[in-house]
Amino acid sequence: MDEMKVYSEAVQYIKIAMGPEMYGIDISYVDNIVRPQQVTRVPNVAPYIKGVINIRGEIVPIMSLRLKMGLEEIEETKSTRFIIIKMEKYGKIGLIVDAVKEVVALTEDQIEKTKFDANDETTHFVFGVGKVENGLVSLLDLDTVTYDKSMKEE
Amino acid sequence: MDVSQYLEVFIDETKEHLQNLNTQILELEQSPDDMDTINEIFRAAHSLKGMAGTMGYKRMQNLTHDMENVFSSVREGSIKVNSAIVDTVFQCLDALEEYLDNIQSSADEGTNENETIIKALNGFLNGGAAEAEAPAKAAPAAENAVAEAAAEDAGENKWQNISFSEEQLHVMGAAKAAGKNIIGVTVYVQEACILKAARAFLVFKTVEELGEIIVSVPSAQDIEDEKFDYDFSMIVVTDADANKVIEAAKSVSEIAKVVGGDVNVPASAVADAASKEANDKPANTPAVAQSNAPADQAAGANKPAEKKKPVVNRTVRVDIEKLDVLMNLVSELIIAKNSLVAAATSNTDANSNEINEHIEYLETVTTNLHESVMKVRMVPIESVVNKFPRMIRDLQKKLNKKMELYMSGEETELDRTVVDEIGDPLMHLLRNSADHGIEADVELRKERGKPEAGSIFLDAYQDGNNVVIEVRDDGNGIDVNAVKAKALDRGVITEEQANQMSDDEAVNLLFLPSFSTAKVVSDISGRGVGLDVVKSKIEALSGEVEVKTQLGVGSTWTIRLPLTLAIIQTLMVVVGGEKYAIPLSNIQTIESIKPSDVKTVQQKEVINLRGTIIPIIRLNEVLGCQSDKAEDEDLVVVIVKKGDKMAGLVIDVLTGQQEIVIKSLGKYINKSKLISGATILGNGEVALIVDPNALI
Repeated sequence: MDEMKVYSEAVQYIKIAMGPEMYGIDISYVDNIVRPQQVTRVPNVAPYIKGVINIRGEIVPIMSLRLKMGLEEIEETKSTRFIIIKMEKYGKIGLIVDAVKEVVALTEDQIEKTKFDANDETTHFVFGVGKVENGLVSLLDLDTVTYDKSMKEE
Repeated sequence: MDVSQYLEVFIDETKEHLQNLNTQILELEQSPDDMDTINEIFRAAHSLKGMAGTMGYKRMQNLTHDMENVFSSVREGSIKVNSAIVDTVFQCLDALEEYLDNIQSSADEGTNENETIIKALNGFLNGGAAEAEAPAKAAPAAENAVAEAAAEDAGENKWQNISFSEEQLHVMGAAKAAGKNIIGVTVYVQEACILKAARAFLVFKTVEELGEIIVSVPSAQDIEDEKFDYDFSMIVVTDADANKVIEAAKSVSEIAKVVGGDVNVPASAVADAASKEANDKPANTPAVAQSNAPADQAAGANKPAEKKKPVVNRTVRVDIEKLDVLMNLVSELIIAKNSLVAAATSNTDANSNEINEHIEYLETVTTNLHESVMKVRMVPIESVVNKFPRMIRDLQKKLNKKMELYMSGEETELDRTVVDEIGDPLMHLLRNSADHGIEADVELRKERGKPEAGSIFLDAYQDGNNVVIEVRDDGNGIDVNAVKAKALDRGVITEEQANQMSDDEAVNLLFLPSFSTAKVVSDISGRGVGLDVVKSKIEALSGEVEVKTQLGVGSTWTIRLPLTLAIIQTLMVVVGGEKYAIPLSNIQTIESIKPSDVKTVQQKEVINLRGTIIPIIRLNEVLGCQSDKAEDEDLVVVIVKKGDKMAGLVIDVLTGQQEIVIKSLGKYINKSKLISGATILGNGEVALIVDPNALI
């Protein structure tokens, strides 16, 4: 019973790899995970927007998570995946990640909230750090990750 | 009775009636004696009252009742239409619209009794009745009393209560004189009957085989709209006798009972008609059609009959969402078809010929299907522009300027979604013309050789795959220097920019947010939330707006909108290895140009195409990709046009014409003006749609 209770309070995250670091994406936002496919480039957009793809008849923009987080871009590998997430306000967007690892469940007490540090580029994309068996997972704040100043408000 | 399921229909129809009333009353203001208009108004008011009553909206019913009474008196000639009546009736319509708004938002009409309007309306009735010798208040009250009394006497034979107009009496008299029977019938429909209107229609049809129906209560229109309880009455002119008519009516199923009998035509009417006939045609021939008077009467008889038999309404109200779903399915179908085409062309099999034939057939079907669905979604802009004459009339009084609105092309059709959105921007432009355009100073207008009353034009027409709506006025025009001064003042532009700016560029400043040149802020326009909103709204509909102006002469605002939104014909091109679609509607011609024919004028590349100098734009440069063509190869130039401006787009390869489904790029892609959307190709690849309008 105790275990059940703990489990029901836990939030599931998809653990992804970005270089050596692990990040977590709240599974409730994830619409789909697909293998890389041909991306149609869109001119005059932010560099981290790689273009658009067709997901079952819908046009979905693709963003390089590496570029967005200020990391260096790498070549596509066998493990590269597009994680299609669906945001309530702006609809679907795909994130290019190095690899998708596993699903982890984290309860409140396993998460340490990060303090905002204006000087650190990458920290404001992360709202907390989760402790899992073999290490730490930085939990992505998807609102900040997908936010773009130039986005049109509606 | 639970009426909630009829609420939508009620709202729609009430809107239509109100719009109709607005238009008719404007007409009435111009020609106060036009009987047709008065009748039309009366009918609309009557229907409104009936509908409001059925739905249980008492206040609305009361108000329309009083309005109807006024027009009833007008119709009888006991009061004359004057501007006071027109004004009050307009107020009345506004009040009704308010009720309707309330109903629309909360299914409740609200609590505003609008007593002042009711009082004013009754004031006309009393005053008018007294003037016209008819006893005060008598008209409606007495009439009702008589009718009620008669109803009791008549019992089942409700047809005996039908009162006749003079014209109808005349017709009956003539018929009687010609030896025809005039029979009154009341038909009772079974209470369990579901399609009362259909039954009634059948009764009408059967009876009409025997003779001519000259009057029915309720009117044929109301019966068709099922605005009757379980019985209706009519007067028939026929050669057959009463029993035959009754039998005929009974032969229709679900009719409970039919009663009827001969109508007593007042002797005077018969005599009158007979004597006329006798005078005109002493020889007692039955061939009545030869004599003038009965011919007139016959025409008279036909006329009401024509009106009573309205054109069968073959429309169905469909929820726009259902159409959207249908449209999406058609889009999917077209994408699927495109995949088939792609698959077939890559297939080099022996049967590929056969497959191609089938695909061609499929292509025809999908194109036709698409066209039909588009047409279903098309509605005339009439529904939007119809409210403008009224608006201009009100503005006229408010601004104390004389002006006229002339409209043309109201029947121009646009996609429903566009029509719904276009109202506000148009209204804004019209108000703008009325407020800022037309000179307030009549002397100034005279000096400039213009008529005292200002003219505002609203013209709509189709131009290729676009619909153009123009708002034009013969007013003051835009003072370019005032605009520049204002922009300087606001810090939008620098002094240097102001000096270099062409007039066109300066006028375009007006479309910037928070820019209003009105010296005095009025409540008509000029709160600074103006033209930029118009522009963004039009652009959201993939349209564009332009202004041409001449100081002292007037201005023209031109709105250009695409006919269809979702599916378009495009030319597929390749630029730097990437596929792009260019809407066919923008394309003039495609030319092959030698690199040596490209000249430079003011650092801009141009070509001389059969005497016209056209600037060229290298698409690979604006799209930021590498052209894979050698320098000395001939250039493929797609000549595009926007209004009267042209430009040549340099591309690498043409791949052909294709019908594509426009898909949005989503909100994450900061809509670069250049790309208006994307589409999915047959092989699942995504191609972007280039908007040439952004390049010109």
